[in-house]
Amino acid sequence: MAASETLTGEPTREQARARAAEFLISRHYYRWPEAVPWLIAIACYFVFPDRMTFGSQVLVMIMFAFSLDLILGYAGIVTLGHAAFFGIGAYTVALATLRLGWSEPISGIIAGGLVAGLVGAVVGWFILRYRGLTLLMLTIAFAATLQESGNLRSDITGGYDGLPGLTFDPVLGLFDYDLYGHTNYLYALVALAVVFYFVRRIVYSPFGQALTGIRENVRRMHAIGSPVHRRLVTVYAVSAAIAGVAGGLFTQTNAYVTLTVFDFDSSAKVMVMLIVGGTGRLYGAFIGATVYMVLEDYFSKLSPTFWQFGIGLLLVLVVLFARRGLLGLVEDAGAYLSKRKQP
Amino acid sequence: MPHIANIAVSILFDGLAYAMFLFITSVGLSVTMGLMGFVNLAHGAFAMCGGFFVVTLTRSLGVAFVPSLVIASVAVGVISMPFERYLYRRLYKSTDLEQVLLTIGLAFMSIATFTYFYGPIPKSVPLPDWLEGDVNLGFRAFPSYRAFLVVLGVVLIAVLWYAFEKTNIGAKIRAAVDNRRMAESVGINVDRLFTLTFAVGSGLAALGGALAIQLFGLTPSFAVLYLVLFLIVVAVGGLGSLKGTLLAALVIGIIDTGGKYAFPVAGNLFIYAITVVVLLIKPAGFYGRE
Repeated sequence: MAASETLTGEPTREQARARAAEFLISRHYYRWPEAVPWLIAIACYFVFPDRMTFGSQVLVMIMFAFSLDLILGYAGIVTLGHAAFFGIGAYTVALATLRLGWSEPISGIIAGGLVAGLVGAVVGWFILRYRGLTLLMLTIAFAATLQESGNLRSDITGGYDGLPGLTFDPVLGLFDYDLYGHTNYLYALVALAVVFYFVRRIVYSPFGQALTGIRENVRRMHAIGSPVHRRLVTVYAVSAAIAGVAGGLFTQTNAYVTLTVFDFDSSAKVMVMLIVGGTGRLYGAFIGATVYMVLEDYFSKLSPTFWQFGIGLLLVLVVLFARRGLLGLVEDAGAYLSKRKQP
Repeated sequence: MPHIANIAVSILFDGLAYAMFLFITSVGLSVTMGLMGFVNLAHGAFAMCGGFFVVTLTRSLGVAFVPSLVIASVAVGVISMPFERYLYRRLYKSTDLEQVLLTIGLAFMSIATFTYFYGPIPKSVPLPDWLEGDVNLGFRAFPSYRAFLVVLGVVLIAVLWYAFEKTNIGAKIRAAVDNRRMAESVGINVDRLFTLTFAVGSGLAALGGALAIQLFGLTPSFAVLYLVLFLIVVAVGGLGSLKGTLLAALVIGIIDTGGKYAFPVAGNLFIYAITVVVLLIKPAGFYGRE
């Protein structure tokens, strides 16, 4: 193997294969920086004990953005109607509690996830054969149809006035909801961790790789015989289920829900969060949702008008200059610094 | 006249007026999307902009209603050009997602800007006497403003149809929608053509926004509130098709008016239901290319 020993170092086929295998085996290993967001989340519990309700809302939005990342960031499905599934989860939990008296929280969010996932599978089967504007419009119209139907039967859903004053059983029968939302925060954090573990497994599986392939070049995936439609529907259903869980958590955290969860704004907002953080990189949703929620909390109190202008400007700047989001910027900065270290 | 027929005529007429508004506002979006495949969610912002120009012209500067419609349309058309030249053009080859984000960002910024200057309270405009009240057509009376909308809509359709089908520029646009590369290779300057189309489309949107003041009232959130409606008309009609946009505007305008009359609680449910059904059967819209 003389060729492999030359200085230019073209790897042989065996070496390349070994390297690829090593990459495939090791890429799903946990690396230490991944602990950072979780440590920060736990630290927040001790540092801001009086802001736990807000903290739980941030965690819910992280999970929602996370569900969108799975389809947008990994499978490349552009949707402006993801609030539909968030809303289905939210209303499943609310209606189960109010109309059926089923107020056990954990089974509640699981039910929310299952219903949303089921609807996601059916809807996805119909709409995922289309792309571009048609798909975009179908997702918008689906969320809007749900919202209008909910309003039509406001005797059941409470309409835009919402269903207030929902009460839930203590988590695991042990931890009751307190006024300051401490239980809520930890409960949401554990739920997020479970969902995260699940999604991380998906993303690094061969299935996840196939999704990335579909995002990058759908024709080639068709050509190599990948069942594109089936994979898209599967991931859409999973993503819908996670959005449903997030919606269920939202209802439990706020103890009320209105039809505004189906708003176009809500779908657009979660997309903005994800884009600001960075798509297709697992932790983008964490950064994006946190930064967005904290900024919104701060600036919208100062002036909602300037906040809206700011978020618009931020979007324009991200598209023009930072297409991979804040995490992308961090990575670029890291690459730049390490290049400077070793000239 | 029997009661039922009377109601039917009312619904048809109001639906027609509504359809004309939808057509005028959406046609520019349809052509620009068909030409460049650019998803422009800031289209509603140009419409809103036109509406506020007319409010300022009529209320503060004392210009009459009809001349201010013309001035606002031309002004917005001119203002839209630098946006296309320096901002949109960078993203023609980008993904749908990036186009959606950029234009939604622009829409948010415009809403905030106009809220800052005009406040969030709905605005109205003073109408000339001949647009107030009813106009009698012999067998029954119709509201003058809606009659004006219908007449204006029909005139614009005729003008656009002539420009699209019979003039040199129209032929170029059709060629570019059909096959951009081929059109370029026979020497059509598609970039310049697009800037022109974009400006005309934005100007028409501004006209639609101004006409909508009397129908819905005007707030800065108009830019996003009615955007979904315009996108639906475009998607259902088929990208880049004048005929399709007109048909979609008519179907949605009339069915929505009838639906709201028969089942007021259902709101926009009919519009969304039509959209889902049409797009599932014909994903490229009535006259779009598959």
